[in-house]
Amino acid sequence: MAIEKRDPVTGRVTTGHEWNGIEELETPIPRVVFFFLAVTTLFAVVYWVLMPAWPVGVTYTRGLLGIDQREVVMRQVEDAAVLRAAWTDRVGAAGFEEIMADATLMQHVRDTGRTLFIDNCAACHGTRGTGGPGFPNLAAGAWLWGGDPETLAETIRVGINSTSDETRVSQMLAFGRDGVLGREEVRSVAAYVRSLSDLPLGEADRGRIEAGKEIFAANCVACHGEDAKGSTDAGAPDLTDAAWIYGSDAQTVFTSIYSGRQGHMPHWEGRLSPVDIKLLALYVGTLGEDAR
Amino acid sequence: MISRLTVSERHLALFVLGALALAGLAMAVGGRGDPLAVHGVIVLAASLGLGFLVLSALFSPEPGESRLAEYYDDPTKAGIVLSLAWAVVGMFFGVWVAALLAWPELTFVDSAWASFGRIRPVHTSGVIFGFGGNALIATSFHVLQRTCRARLPDQFSPWFVLIGYNLFCVIAASGYLMGMTQSKEYAEPEWYADIWLVIVWVVYFLIYIRTLARRKEPHIYVANWYYMAFILVVAVLHIVNNLALPVSFGHAKSYSLFSGVQDAMTQWWYGHNAVAFFLTAGFLGMMYYYLPKRAERPIFSYRLSIISFWGITFMYMWAGAHHLHYTALPQWVQTLGMTFSVVLLVPSWASAGNALATLNGAWHKVRDDATLRFMMVAAVFYGLSTFEGSFMAIRAVNSLSHYTDWTVGHVHAGALGWVAMITFGSLYALVPWMWKQERMYSPKLIEVHFWLALAGTVVYVFAMWNSGIIQGLMWRTYNDSGTLAYSFIDSLVAMHPYYIARAFGGLLFLTGAVVCSYNVWMTIRMARVARVPAKGDVPLYGAAQAGE
Repeated sequence: MAIEKRDPVTGRVTTGHEWNGIEELETPIPRVVFFFLAVTTLFAVVYWVLMPAWPVGVTYTRGLLGIDQREVVMRQVEDAAVLRAAWTDRVGAAGFEEIMADATLMQHVRDTGRTLFIDNCAACHGTRGTGGPGFPNLAAGAWLWGGDPETLAETIRVGINSTSDETRVSQMLAFGRDGVLGREEVRSVAAYVRSLSDLPLGEADRGRIEAGKEIFAANCVACHGEDAKGSTDAGAPDLTDAAWIYGSDAQTVFTSIYSGRQGHMPHWEGRLSPVDIKLLALYVGTLGEDAR
Repeated sequence: MISRLTVSERHLALFVLGALALAGLAMAVGGRGDPLAVHGVIVLAASLGLGFLVLSALFSPEPGESRLAEYYDDPTKAGIVLSLAWAVVGMFFGVWVAALLAWPELTFVDSAWASFGRIRPVHTSGVIFGFGGNALIATSFHVLQRTCRARLPDQFSPWFVLIGYNLFCVIAASGYLMGMTQSKEYAEPEWYADIWLVIVWVVYFLIYIRTLARRKEPHIYVANWYYMAFILVVAVLHIVNNLALPVSFGHAKSYSLFSGVQDAMTQWWYGHNAVAFFLTAGFLGMMYYYLPKRAERPIFSYRLSIISFWGITFMYMWAGAHHLHYTALPQWVQTLGMTFSVVLLVPSWASAGNALATLNGAWHKVRDDATLRFMMVAAVFYGLSTFEGSFMAIRAVNSLSHYTDWTVGHVHAGALGWVAMITFGSLYALVPWMWKQERMYSPKLIEVHFWLALAGTVVYVFAMWNSGIIQGLMWRTYNDSGTLAYSFIDSLVAMHPYYIARAFGGLLFLTGAVVCSYNVWMTIRMARVARVPAKGDVPLYGAAQAGE
C-alpha cells in the first residue's frame, strides 16, 4: 500500500490510489445506509410472507393473507354493482314515464348519463350533444326517428344503417348523380327547400322556387311528406325547421340532393347494457332542456 | 482526422465501408417497394460518402509514432458535437410533440410522418440514444483512457463504434417517420437496425476490455465499472428483447418471438433496465469522473461506491415488473418487482449521497461555477427521481399514477434533471480540455443555460405532477350514484393548461441546449483561432497546404 495520505478537509485517509488526479476516501459506510437497507429489506420480506411472492416450480408462494388480485377486483366490481343496483334495478324495471316522474331517479340519470354519453357518444355528437356537420344535434328537438324515450332507446339499440340485423335503414337518394334530376332541377328543389325555412335566397333562386315546388311534389314527398315536415317512419328530416344535419347553405343543400346522403350510427346493443341504453335514452331526452 | 489513422487502419476502414456498402445495396435491391429499400439507400450513401473521405486521405503519409504519446481524443470530439446535434434535434421534436398534445392541429403539414405516433419516438430515441448515447460514448472513451493511463487500443474501432452507432440512430429516426416500428417502447427499430447495433456494441465492449487490459493503474476506477455495466447489460437487454423473426429478408417488418404477457414482461424488463443501465449506470460513470475532477475533491467513500454499484446492478434486474402492476402479469411477479424497487432506493440514494458528500469542501465552487452546479443539481435530481421511482413502484401508489402524466413527469425529472444535467456539466468540463482551452467560450452563457435548464425542468415536472395526479383522481372518482363522475374527455380538458405549461418548460430546456451548442461551437472556433500560430511549428509537410 502506498504512503498513507489524509484529506485536509475531512481529515480522512484516502485509499492510496489516484486516477488522473481523482482520489477516494476510506470513509466507512454511514450507519443510516445500513439502517435503511435493513428497513426496506424487512419490508420486502414481510411483504413476501403475506402476499403471493416467489415462484416454486409450477406454482408460487400464495402468501399468508391469501390475497389474489383477480379475486379482489372481481369482488370489488360485484360490490359496486350491488350498491348501484339500489337504483339501476328500478331503472331497469320501471317504464320511461314512471322514471321521468321520479326526481331521484332522474338525478341518477343525469349524473350517470352524462359520463356515459361523453365517453360513448360525444365523439360524433359532441360533449353537449349539439352535433356538427354530418352529425345530428340532439339538443335541437328535431328528431329523425322520434324523440320519445322509447324510440330513442330503440335507435341507440339498433343504430342507423348499422351492421345490426335490426338496424334502422334510411337513405336520401342521389337524385342528381343517378340522373333522376338535372342540375338545374336540383338547383330549383334546393331553392324551394331553403325557402321553406325562410332562408335568405338570391335573386336567381327566388325565381326557381315555383319550379322547385313542382319537382318536390313529384320526387320528394314520398319520404319528406307534402308539407315537407318529414317522417319519423322513414327517418326523413323535417325540411321546414331550423335544424340542418349537413348545413343549410345553398351549396350543401344542392350536394345533399345531387349526391344523396346516408348517415351512419353504430348499434350499441351488446356494447352497452340494456340499463345503460335506457339511461342514455333518458339522458339524451334531457339534452335540449337548457335550450328549450 | 483520417490522416491520423495508420495506413492499415485506412485499409481496414475501406474494407468495412465496402462491406457496408454491399449490405446497403442488398437492402436497397432486396427491399424493393418496402421502406427497407430506403434504409438500404441511406446505408449505401453513408458508406460511399465515408469511403470517399477515406480515399481522399488514403495516400497521406503514415502518422508518426508520436501519436502514441498522447490519448486518442478525435472520436470523443466528434462524439461531443454529434451528441449536441442530437440534443437539439431530439429536444426540438420533444417540444413539438408536447405542443401537439396541447394544440393537436400543430402538425403543420397534413401528412402521416408529422403525426404524434411517429414523431414521438423520434423525440425519445433522439434524446436517449442520440444525445445520451453519443455523450456516453464520447465521455467513456475519454474517461477510460485517463483512468487507465492507456491509449485506446487502435484508432479504427472507436470510429466504427461512434459512426456505426449514429448510423443506427439515423436509421431508427428515419424509420419512425416512415411508420416502421416494432411497437416496443425504446426498442422501436426493426430487426436489421437491431442486428447492426449488436455488431457496433460488441466492438464497443471489446474496446473497453482491450483498454482495461492495457491499463497502467493497478485498480479499475469506479467510473469504468459503471461504463462496463452499461455496455454489457445493454447488450444483453437489447439482444433478448429484440429477438424477432422478419417477415422476409426483403421486408422491414418482423414479429417478436414473444407474445402476450411474456412479451410485456420482456419488454419492461428491457425498458426498466434501459433506464437502469443506459440512463443510470452510464451516467453515474460520467458523474464519478467529471464531478470529482471539477470539484477537485476525493470521492467521499470508496466503500459506498462499491455497495451502491452492486446494489444497483443486482436490484434493478428485478424491478421491471412494476411497470405491469394490476395487469395480466401474475401477482407474484408484481410483488417481486415492487419489493426490489423499494430496496433499490437505498443504493440509489447511497450513490446520490456519495456524489453530494464528495462536494464537501467544494461548496463555494458549486456556488460560483455553473458547470459544477449542473453536476450537483443532477445528483439532487437523481436522488429525487429514484425516490419517486421506488414510491411509484408500490402497488397502491401505482394504481393512482399508472397511465397518467405522473409517469411522464417522473421520467423527465430523471431525464432532464439527472441525465441531461450531468451530461451538460460533464461536457462543459470536457470541451475545454479536448480543444485545449483555458475555459469555455462564455462562462456567462453556461450560467444562462443552467438557469434555463433548471427552470425548464421544474416547470415541466410540476406541470406533469399536477396533470398526472388530477388525471388519476378524476379517473377513479365516483359520484353518489356509484358511477364514474368524469368522462375521459373531462380529464383531457382538465389537463390542457398543464400541457401548455409542459410545452413551455420543454421550450426553456431546448433553448438551454441551443445556448450550450452555441457556446461549445464558439469554444471550438476559439481553439481554431488559437491554433493558427502553432501551425508555424510544423513546416515539414508541404507549404502549399498552409493556405488550405
